[in-house]
Amino acid sequence: MIKFEGEHLLPGQIGHFFVILALVSSFISLMAYYNASRAINQESKIKWEQYGRILFLIQGISILSIFSIIFYICSHHYYEYMYAYKHASKELEYKYLLACIWEGQEGSFLLWSIWHAVLGSIICFRKKDNEWKAPLMTIVNVAQFFLMLMILGIYFFGVRIGNSPFTLTRNEIPAPIFSQPNYLTFLKDGMGLNVLLRNYWMVIHPPILFLGFASTIIPFGFAYAGLQTKKYGDWIKPALPWALFSAAILGIGIMMGGKWAYESLSFGGYWAWDPVENASLVPWLIMVAGVHTMLIYKSTGHSLKASYWFSILSFIFVLYSTFLTRTGILGDTSVHAFTEAGKAINIMIGIFVLMFAIPIILLYFKHQKNIPVIIKEEETSSREFWMFIGALILFLSSLFIILITSIPVYSKTPLLNDLIIKIHGGPLALPEDPEFLYNKVMILVAIILGLITAFSQYLKYKSTPRSAFIKKIVYPTILSAIITAILAIVYPYTYYKHGAGFLGAIYTASFCMIYSFIANAMYIRIGLKDKFSHAGGSISHAGFAIMIVGMLISSSNKVVISDSKVNGINIPASIDPMSKKQDNPTENLTLIRQVATKMGEYDVTYLKDSAGNEKGRKFYALEFQSKKNKGNEKFILKPDVYLMKDNNMSSNPDTKSFLTKDIFTYISFAINGDNNTDTASFRETTIGEGEKGFYSNGYFLLNKVSKNPNNEKYHFKENDIALMADLTFVSNDSMHYKANPIVIADSFGILQIDDTVYAQNLFVKFVGVSEGRKIKVGIKESKTLIDFITVKSYIFPYINLVWFGLILMSIGIFISIIKKFRLSNTIAITILTIVSTGLIYMFLFAN
Amino acid sequence: MKRTHIIILIGIAVLIVGLLVFSVDFSTYDTIDSAKNKQGKFVHIIAKLDKSQSINYDPINNPNYLEFYAVDSLGGKTKVIYHNNKPTDFEKSERIVLKGKMQKDYFDCKDILLKCPSKYKDDKKMLEKNIKEQDSSK
Repeated sequence: MIKFEGEHLLPGQIGHFFVILALVSSFISLMAYYNASRAINQESKIKWEQYGRILFLIQGISILSIFSIIFYICSHHYYEYMYAYKHASKELEYKYLLACIWEGQEGSFLLWSIWHAVLGSIICFRKKDNEWKAPLMTIVNVAQFFLMLMILGIYFFGVRIGNSPFTLTRNEIPAPIFSQPNYLTFLKDGMGLNVLLRNYWMVIHPPILFLGFASTIIPFGFAYAGLQTKKYGDWIKPALPWALFSAAILGIGIMMGGKWAYESLSFGGYWAWDPVENASLVPWLIMVAGVHTMLIYKSTGHSLKASYWFSILSFIFVLYSTFLTRTGILGDTSVHAFTEAGKAINIMIGIFVLMFAIPIILLYFKHQKNIPVIIKEEETSSREFWMFIGALILFLSSLFIILITSIPVYSKTPLLNDLIIKIHGGPLALPEDPEFLYNKVMILVAIILGLITAFSQYLKYKSTPRSAFIKKIVYPTILSAIITAILAIVYPYTYYKHGAGFLGAIYTASFCMIYSFIANAMYIRIGLKDKFSHAGGSISHAGFAIMIVGMLISSSNKVVISDSKVNGINIPASIDPMSKKQDNPTENLTLIRQVATKMGEYDVTYLKDSAGNEKGRKFYALEFQSKKNKGNEKFILKPDVYLMKDNNMSSNPDTKSFLTKDIFTYISFAINGDNNTDTASFRETTIGEGEKGFYSNGYFLLNKVSKNPNNEKYHFKENDIALMADLTFVSNDSMHYKANPIVIADSFGILQIDDTVYAQNLFVKFVGVSEGRKIKVGIKESKTLIDFITVKSYIFPYINLVWFGLILMSIGIFISIIKKFRLSNTIAITILTIVSTGLIYMFLFAN
Repeated sequence: MKRTHIIILIGIAVLIVGLLVFSVDFSTYDTIDSAKNKQGKFVHIIAKLDKSQSINYDPINNPNYLEFYAVDSLGGKTKVIYHNNKPTDFEKSERIVLKGKMQKDYFDCKDILLKCPSKYKDDKKMLEKNIKEQDSSK
């Protein structure tokens, strides 16, 4: 037995003790609350609840202690612990120390259980809803028990149950250095937080998202409580504000992920229908559907069964999304490369999902016949009718999304996979354009939801007199038709990629969403007489509508300004019949240092590079100068590249935000290593066809000037205005090099496409035409290697509508929550101010 | 119109969506050899970068042209042309998923998904390697 030097084993032992304590206390609390929920006399019920509450408190404190100890280990860089070694490093800034904890699987399970502990404590210490506490807390404790199992790390019959965050590095990794007592002196630094994740969103997005996930257990618990207590409909009223809370937080959490992806990851957008994104969207859609059916039940007594289903399924799909993202089953389909943590853990996660799903569904069917149903159908002129249809559409769309997202699961299901291979000719994979598969269905969903949310507010519960309804709805209808028409004329969509039918669908969806916005905004005036405390629904519908309009505009009219005529014109890409553009634009553009290059309406110059605060981070200053507004519009973007250990690289975009558009740019390729400054400038020579010019290392010949060349590199047509100089450079060692600089006149002005003779470190520019059939050729000679970067640059128009809509939607939901909880005015205003300033700051100003 | 009628209508809408989805040409996972038998058809290939061959990427002349060779676990091999930038950490990837169409003598790649060791933090082998490097740099 070796005595190792310098290890700090105490924190780990304490941590491990708390894991076991949390596990045991959640189990006892579970039993206590379960007994309480089945107790017949009031006295023993109160006694069991007391036990349950105390043990839940012990469990909550234990979980907080576990978290604090992990934080302590990571912040002190105790690399004898595997978790610190894997996730922390000395260079890590303080704010990322928290983030590095939830980078790992154990940490994110812990984060989830912390929120369960917080929400559970609120429930069991509130003075209200006493009759529901016992069954609700039973459910919370079951979840806590499972989550603690995930981080237990104890062997049972040779199988390790869960991965403990307190394992020692030397026990986990077989390497010779661990046979030396002083091995710690060699473990100088940990692996640190993945640089892709070093972003302030990583600090804030996971806690909010996990709060959203954790909060879905409360409506689930209420649904269970309804069945368990046999008070089949009474749970809806106390569950509704929690369902609203869940919808708000989960919605914000998901869009924070979108904003993060947009700001700091080089996916080129805020939503990509990635499996990981979808997996969190699905519970949200179902929760929103559930909120609506609960509202229907509260007002009319209809839709109780649907409320059960949606409350149950929302949480089940949270568990399913954990299964999808944490077991590595998505491996080959997602850019979010979550990894497999071992077979045992995967099976445990699977059991976790089934342990919740199967019993509750069995229980539901056992009680189904007792759940009260109103036999009389709703009138089609009633509000509840259309709310139900809307909820159903939300639910169906969520099913569609999860069915497509689960494709990788089918390949892992033995019999199903064989069947697919037989029919399909191979394991199923997503089609060539997976985003379009989602978009073409979701655009129909948007159209229906837009219409329903627009007019249903004007309907009354039970039934609505026809004339009054028509009178009220007519103005918003006309107004939104006019606005859509103006939009179509002034700012038409240019998304021709999928043909006229899809373009028509985008316009229809835009109309429906504008309609929804106008109708809801006007309803606050007409229907609610400006009573904002009642306007939660209208405000959130209006916000949702703006968000979707923003998504439609920013995606349809997104422009790739780095799509160059220069590069890769020799690609045999098909030409879109409507736009006459290549339908597969080549999105990268090479920027040579100090040489201005045209990008859309901008001249972009790569000015210089500079080191960042962190080791290995490098910023590239790009100057954008607009040709419009007399060239006054000028700004600098600084996208950066992170060089890590192992020479891994990660690229972070930079975005210039205007009120109406964002210019989004990131480095797609940079030369590794030391760069050099290039101070040389272009030297002009006036030259005619057949004449000779000189440069320092030889001479060059102008063979010919051709108009609208059509060769392997450029494909100009007759009505273009382009000139190409055909030059041959002959160096002193008689090597011949071709160069074909081009000058093009188009709607933005004159564009020069320089050519390079890399071997001679030359840039050749077609400066312009001179008198007497001569042309001006500019030559720039670099003494050293040419420094360049390759960028991708997009314009997202009106993307702020997306964030603004989200904020409005969330504020609307919070107004409803406040009303349901009957909070006093001062508290209500304080909460709303905090929520709205927080959201506005995070989504519109931070970064 | 009654609720049941509307539900029937929604049923029809779902059916239409179903047909829409069904009409989509879902792709398949293939090996390089089986993809060669399906020329011009959009497929997914799980392969590895062939490090014995050179990677051709010259961004100064054309940043949208990457040429390399891929091999798969069954020994199939193909030239791949990708009209985009060279993905970050491309050379370090352990596994790549190529999406595109097999042409006569090359694979016309539309999208590349990389599996990099850096993302595999939980991979023990990676950690082992990392520790050995620290060990040797002492």
